[in-house]
Amino acid sequence: MERIIFYILAIIMIVFAIKAVSSRKMLRAVIYLLFVLIGISGIYFMVDYSFLAAVQLAVYAGGVIVLIIFSVLLVHHIELKLDETNLKQRVLAAALSIIGIVLTLYAIFTFDFNPAENSRIIEVKDIGMGLLSVGDGGYILPFEVISVLLVAVMIGAIVVAKGKKLER
Amino acid sequence: MIQGITIYEILTLTTIIFFIGVYGFLTRKNLITMLLSIELILNASAVNFVVINTYLYPESLQGVFFSIFIIAVAAAETALAVAIIINLYKLVTSVEVEDTEVMKY
Repeated sequence: MERIIFYILAIIMIVFAIKAVSSRKMLRAVIYLLFVLIGISGIYFMVDYSFLAAVQLAVYAGGVIVLIIFSVLLVHHIELKLDETNLKQRVLAAALSIIGIVLTLYAIFTFDFNPAENSRIIEVKDIGMGLLSVGDGGYILPFEVISVLLVAVMIGAIVVAKGKKLER
Repeated sequence: MIQGITIYEILTLTTIIFFIGVYGFLTRKNLITMLLSIELILNASAVNFVVINTYLYPESLQGVFFSIFIIAVAAAETALAVAIIINLYKLVTSVEVEDTEVMKY
């Protein structure tokens, strides 16, 4: 059962990822990306990381995609199609990507992973305790750095997007 | 871990998504669609952290923390990139890569 669900998710994600990077209508590319992100949150649900799946849905599907859709609506005419990249560049990029896939898969399949037998249900409490712990292996410092980064980005985005008045 | 699915299958999936993102980054000529490709790349690597955590070291939580940090940094990066793109559109009325020669007017 899990196998079937995983393969359906994988096919959906790969197809929509290809559509997202090759669609010539920009708004549709964004919506295809939304499907890929939802598929990734499905993977998180399948490995029993419900908190991470919820974060993925809230931050990406709820935040990032809406932000990108607004920017597409602001800077691009909906009916307009994107210019097609020339064939030579596309073939070169595809060849590079395929070489990359083959090399990485070769490295993965020749490496001998030793999966652990036991598994454990992760609770949100464990994640919170780990993030805020000041002891060994605690993540309080990166957590604080991330919060400072988010504040800086908020202020920076306001300042940058406000910009100067257009002068002709 | 997922019943009946080995770590190799999930790593194959994330590798393919990662390189689809690389392909998009190399072929797209538009700033917003390049941003979409970057999101694909970041998501594929975040899944890798989580999967290696659950399959190989189920008793630790490091992969989850790294994924949370990746998601936070990606959200920050998107917000700033969208701000820069909108500002750039005000200056040069285009978001194509070829037209963006100056950031300082």
